[in-house]
Amino acid sequence: MKQQIIVSGIGGQGVLFLTRVIAQAAVNRGIAVLTSETHGMAQRGGTVLSTIKVGDFSSPLIRTGQADAGLLLWEENLPVHKPLLKENGPLLVNTAASGPGERIDASGIARNLGNAVLANLVLLGLAIRQESLFCTAEECETAIKQLAPPKFVDQNLKAFHEGLNGN
Amino acid sequence: MKQKIELLMGNEAIGQGLIEAGCQIAAAYPGTPSTEILQAIIDRRTQAAEPLHIEWSVNEKIAFEVALAASYTGKRSVAVMKQVGLNVAADPFMRTAYLGVKGGMLTIVADDPGPHSSQNEQDTRLFCLQARVPVFDPASPAEAKDLVPLAFELSEKYEMNLVLRPTTRICHSRQNVELNAPQKLERNANFEKDPTRWAATPAFLPQLHRKLNANLEKIAREPELQPKLSPGDGSHPHTALVASGIVYAHLVDLLDELGLRDQIDLFQVLMPYPLNPDFSKCLQQDYQRVLILEETYPLIELQLAHPGAVGKQDGTIPREGELTPDIIHQVLADFLGLPSPQELPPPHRGQRPSLCPGCPHRAAFYSIKQCFPKGIFPSDIGCYTLGLNLGAVNTVHCMGACISQGAGFYQSYAQDGEFPTIVVTIGDSTFFHAGIPALINAVIQQARIIVVILDNATTAMTGGQPVPHMGVAAAEKATRAIAIEPLVKASGVDFLETCDPYDKPAFEQRLKEADAYIRSEQGGVAVLISRHGCIMDPHVRKMQVRFKVTIEDNCVGCRKCVEAFECPALSMDNEKNIALVNQDRCIGCGTCIPVCPVDAIIKEERS
Ligand code: SF4
Ligand code: SF4
Repeated sequence: MKQQIIVSGIGGQGVLFLTRVIAQAAVNRGIAVLTSETHGMAQRGGTVLSTIKVGDFSSPLIRTGQADAGLLLWEENLPVHKPLLKENGPLLVNTAASGPGERIDASGIARNLGNAVLANLVLLGLAIRQESLFCTAEECETAIKQLAPPKFVDQNLKAFHEGLNGN
Repeated sequence: MKQKIELLMGNEAIGQGLIEAGCQIAAAYPGTPSTEILQAIIDRRTQAAEPLHIEWSVNEKIAFEVALAASYTGKRSVAVMKQVGLNVAADPFMRTAYLGVKGGMLTIVADDPGPHSSQNEQDTRLFCLQARVPVFDPASPAEAKDLVPLAFELSEKYEMNLVLRPTTRICHSRQNVELNAPQKLERNANFEKDPTRWAATPAFLPQLHRKLNANLEKIAREPELQPKLSPGDGSHPHTALVASGIVYAHLVDLLDELGLRDQIDLFQVLMPYPLNPDFSKCLQQDYQRVLILEETYPLIELQLAHPGAVGKQDGTIPREGELTPDIIHQVLADFLGLPSPQELPPPHRGQRPSLCPGCPHRAAFYSIKQCFPKGIFPSDIGCYTLGLNLGAVNTVHCMGACISQGAGFYQSYAQDGEFPTIVVTIGDSTFFHAGIPALINAVIQQARIIVVILDNATTAMTGGQPVPHMGVAAAEKATRAIAIEPLVKASGVDFLETCDPYDKPAFEQRLKEADAYIRSEQGGVAVLISRHGCIMDPHVRKMQVRFKVTIEDNCVGCRKCVEAFECPALSMDNEKNIALVNQDRCIGCGTCIPVCPVDAIIKEERS
């Protein structure tokens, strides 16, 4: 099993948390995983990118046109990060507007749940519903429970389920 | 026994490795991409088998010297910094090469090829060549962790300080890493006095220098540090690939994908300096063509001096920037005569970073720019570098440079007569790091400048490490607070004011008074402390009033709040030509309200 995934957004959107949840799902299954993350100045609201490589890899970075799936929390990053994706690789976008890829107004849904930052898990839910990632819904739930601060676990799972079940 | 596996960031893996190896003194100054190493030690400190002193030192030179003396007592110690931090620590670092250490001492210096979050992309490995210090270049978080205990052992065997150099892609990558039980070394501090060494005068230095050179020759031949060969199947005779650091990892994945993994001789260099001369000889004898891949400067290439080398020296490989897998693909295709990869799409710039919504620095910068539209604004390293976006930052150089640069601007203009208002901005942590000597210098040289200390009570850029005036040390330990005001006064500053930049009229009043002061007969350096907690601190957010901020229909679409003030929570509705507040991002600070010339931004108090 090998899968290369990108998670794109801007600083403050919870890209790092989403990256960790997906990577943790791989760890729990006992598969090797490598990620790379953006830290530093760009985290102040600038464009950030995480890569996740599941399976037998050595490098955490992904070449142009090699990502199997892309999760975009910030639609404006499309021209920046879409080239990383394989031609037919699933693309999941957080937006209320229409355009390429599978789209969901994750921020809107998250806002209704009381916190716009939860858009990250709503988008993850959609990715699982579309069977775009290597992991299952149960595996994501386990990872979320492991990584979220205890008092936010329920809210996080709710956001994940909103994306997973659709409406 | 099966060990525990955890998903760790490279920096966490290194921190864990230090605890496991029995490190007892750890000192660092935060800086991307190195920061999380000390943080990981703090988070995992209870696992340590023996007492462990951890400190966020005031700067890197101090961190190095603290770790150094601890090593003199026979204990294992580490100093952690980013690449430009080593410039600050260069003085003790260079002498340590001659004098050596006792207990194992590592200097962990994180490089930032790209650069992603630094003022240059200098290569610590080349610095080590000039300092004559052995340096390790790991290719993964797990390897970085594994190198820690080995490095401590060799540091003790040769009594040398050794450098571990991870790069951003190691520091900020996560990998499943094996955890081991922390070692118990049972060492009591025991400093054996030896003035011919620890206080070596020039008379003793030639001998120490000779010993250093002899050690370098020996360590170059250490079996565990030799370049590792993955042999090819002979289908590419007399051809070798040589790589070190994360670039080696990129290359392995690429060879895999191209089905070339076991076809070409591939060497991984673990210790790029000092290279074993036998390795150079072997390459010279057995290979006609050698592709050398390394970040950032051609250090291995320089030492190998191979006549058939392809690398940065001959310009085949880009000399600047990160060696990404895409670049390596192109270089490898050219080297092996493979079909060229598809041309890369033109790179797009993403969203630029900006100061957070509600950031007190934004309010301060806006006022500075308003009061002195023609001023000169030297600034410094930190979140507040982003004052660039408001046109209120004109120079950014290195830690603490802004005060001396401000003084230099003043001297140069003043000798011609008139001088513009020079407003220097420096963060609180940067002020402690390198600002105090510069302030004293500006005072005694009678520079007429305004120094605004942006005091947000934390080292914000790197994630909120403690600062000396808050009375808290690493791991939330209570300590003596060193206030900024008496330091400024003792530096000979007669004009000192403190103001919250959220209070725009008062802040601008203080700035004007400062300008009047520097231009008065007795004038000199004026200091204004701009004091408001970092908005990333949840406690600060909780303690301040939060308004519901909206925009009324009388907005004339002048874009002042969006462009000149540039709060990321504000944008323009270009169809209607009015400004919009993004309620997901607005924290309701209200600092944008006085910016609007027609009072279209309004607030209501939230319940
Ligand atoms: S109140 Fe104004 S300045 Fe403050 S966060 Fe909201 S939009 Fe930005
Ligand atoms: S809200 Fe005020 S400052 Fe912003 S564009 Fe409208 S008129 Fe200009």
